[in-house]
Amino acid sequence: MAQTPSPFEYAPAPESRAIVDIRSSYGLFIDGDFVDGGGRAFKTISPSTEEVLAEVAEADEADVDAAVKAARRAHTRVWSRMVGAERAKYLFRIARIIQERAREIAVLESIDNGKPIKESRDVDIPTAAAHFFYHAGWADKLEYAVPGNPDPQPLGVAGQVIPWNFPFLMLAWKIAPALATGNTVVLKPAETTPLTALLFAEICQQADLPPGVVNIITGAGETGRALVSHPDVDKVAFTGSTDVGRAIARAVAGTRKKVTLELGGKAANIVFDDAPVDQAVEGIVNGIFFNQGHVCCAGSRLLVQESIAEEFLDRLKRRMTTLRVGDPLDKNTDIGAINSHVQLEKIRELADIGEAEGAGRWSPPCELPDQGFWFPPTIFTGVSQAHRIAREEIFGPVLSVITFRTPAEAVEKANNTPYGLSAGVWTDKGSLILWMASRLRAGVVWSNTFNRFDPASPFGGYKESGYGREGGRHGLEGYLK
Amino acid sequence: MTLLSSTASLRDGTALAAATSSDAALRRFLHGLPGVDQVGAEQRAASLATRSIKTSAKAYALDLAIRMVDLTTLEGMDTPGKVRALCSKAVRPDPADPTCPHTAAVCVYPDMVATAKQALGDSGVKVASVATAFPSGRAALDVKLADTREAIEAGADEVDMVIDRGAFLSGRYLEVCDEIVAVKQACDTTGDGAHLKVILETGELQTYDNVRRASWLAMLAGAHFIKTSTGKVSPAATLPVALVMLEAVRDYREATGQMVGFKPAGGIRTAKDAIRHLVVVNEVAGPDWLDPDRFRFGASTLLNDLLMQRTKLRTGHYSGPDYFTLD
Repeated sequence: MAQTPSPFEYAPAPESRAIVDIRSSYGLFIDGDFVDGGGRAFKTISPSTEEVLAEVAEADEADVDAAVKAARRAHTRVWSRMVGAERAKYLFRIARIIQERAREIAVLESIDNGKPIKESRDVDIPTAAAHFFYHAGWADKLEYAVPGNPDPQPLGVAGQVIPWNFPFLMLAWKIAPALATGNTVVLKPAETTPLTALLFAEICQQADLPPGVVNIITGAGETGRALVSHPDVDKVAFTGSTDVGRAIARAVAGTRKKVTLELGGKAANIVFDDAPVDQAVEGIVNGIFFNQGHVCCAGSRLLVQESIAEEFLDRLKRRMTTLRVGDPLDKNTDIGAINSHVQLEKIRELADIGEAEGAGRWSPPCELPDQGFWFPPTIFTGVSQAHRIAREEIFGPVLSVITFRTPAEAVEKANNTPYGLSAGVWTDKGSLILWMASRLRAGVVWSNTFNRFDPASPFGGYKESGYGREGGRHGLEGYLK
Repeated sequence: MTLLSSTASLRDGTALAAATSSDAALRRFLHGLPGVDQVGAEQRAASLATRSIKTSAKAYALDLAIRMVDLTTLEGMDTPGKVRALCSKAVRPDPADPTCPHTAAVCVYPDMVATAKQALGDSGVKVASVATAFPSGRAALDVKLADTREAIEAGADEVDMVIDRGAFLSGRYLEVCDEIVAVKQACDTTGDGAHLKVILETGELQTYDNVRRASWLAMLAGAHFIKTSTGKVSPAATLPVALVMLEAVRDYREATGQMVGFKPAGGIRTAKDAIRHLVVVNEVAGPDWLDPDRFRFGASTLLNDLLMQRTKLRTGHYSGPDYFTLD
């Protein structure tokens, strides 16, 4: 299994940064213009170099109020009165601009977030454009969207808070359905990754979107709290951690606000002994190491049938030795930087606990850069349901390997978690896939693949992974009454 | 039940012999190999195709690719003159640049082997000959063996045989296996023995499961190389097929300790395509296959694009196709 060093050393292949123009400071995007924030401006850094990229305004309560008022005005006067076909034109226009500026957005996303350029270029940005195209198509067909509701109406103003793992894609998931259904938006990106959302604000200007339809306010937890608890917000949509999701649910309890929450996960990726082995290995790698494991639906638990466990792990390890960790802008990088120091500390802590609790830790030999936040791809073997690394969301490139003997045991272990966002089933037997899928308590069950997204396919969780669905017809329902 | 269990004992020679001891045993073995998920295999190949190979890595890859080319002419209109011209191209691909390496071999029909052999002399470029009623393989075993012997006696260093796809697709695996064994014996009759490349014609096998099974079948029968295609059937070499066959040679080595080479042929026309294949070799089979003894490109037009890219890299500008010889 030992690999000889390859004479085929890939030379650095950096994507040029010249295409992006990062300003030294950014304001808030309210009512169609950039304005100063009332709070204390904060810095956003590149997680791969710790270089300060820009200073970003913090929205205080007055700014949040101004943004919500602008959104309300735009909703009452313009957006809710516009016929669907006209709204669709704006969405199509935004989608096309995203495609035209795709490389610029991708480079900026990789700089601010730390994810590999091949992922922002090939996944995040194209999928974001696809969300706008898809929802543009719905804007004039909403009477067919919700069974039993022939005349659906928008809710009004949507307050949306998104995470740092897919900043631009999550923005698209939130804004596209809201606009298509006739709602207006106040969106807060995560404090560590505000730059592509602010670029999106420019795209709104470029598309001549009426002022106030989309407002982008930056800030941290306080700003988010002010937004979701603002009395004139009709809909709260949140993607992020289960803890914050709980706080939001408490804050909006007893109000008229409609809520969708897309929270954490601890997905099981289940490999049976008759699986297409090479593709299963790929699926496991993709499931946990895609986006540094900063994925709510990451396949962070590998459940592998005990009869093939040893050899399967050998194959997985061999594959992991070819993963390339490093500069997010290098086109050959597979695993980029951890998004923040805080997140890196959390991953380290949980990994250390895994080791202390007796699980076997393994990472392929890989050199990590000195500057920035890095964590090597890691697997833990000999993990049982009692280990914390089998129960808690690590949100990093760390895989816990658990074995099972029978399909029933696989289901039992897969469901034995407070979460229920996604699951993967790997087998050549179609009937077993269906048997498993009907028993797994997860919002998405992938079979013989993992981490595949499409705007037409609803996404969301069971149990502590949240409620409501995003994408597809089901996603539209969350923005209609 | 899976690759994992069905090949685990192959290091033991008796288990290897057992797999080919009867039609039933061979079927059990081949159908016990793990399946290939088409979507997943194609996705993996597409993702490897996005590797960006620049500067020093590109220079290494281009020179290596030139050294791996089996420069091929397999036409009804082949003549001694055409073959001699091809041979001088193989020896000195870029007359303007003496640092340019020669190709691995030229590949011709058996009746052209003697001409090629004479033209190549002691240049180090080998002569490969197709045989066994190439490209269809539709002839009696005696005819195929005679075809092979003709190539060997004329001095072929390597024989590229085709399998009986009809027998494979109708499930007569042992027949396919026995035929490969017989051709290999014919190859071994002279001198050091000619190297045997076994062409699966993956475009006719169609499914990746078939490609994987045929790869193992050929390796169990003793192939030195497994090769995708004749170049006469479309699709010929594709990146996902290369991926599946490289997984097969990798797994075969793991199971038996023996290294089998791989040759994609047909359809690889650009340097970019060739480099993508080398990336798959590097990351799937491993760097041990980055050697002309373990990997070849069966191609005719590929060489000139490799030469053009090589010159571009060296001089910084493109020169037109008129600056490269057409042979």
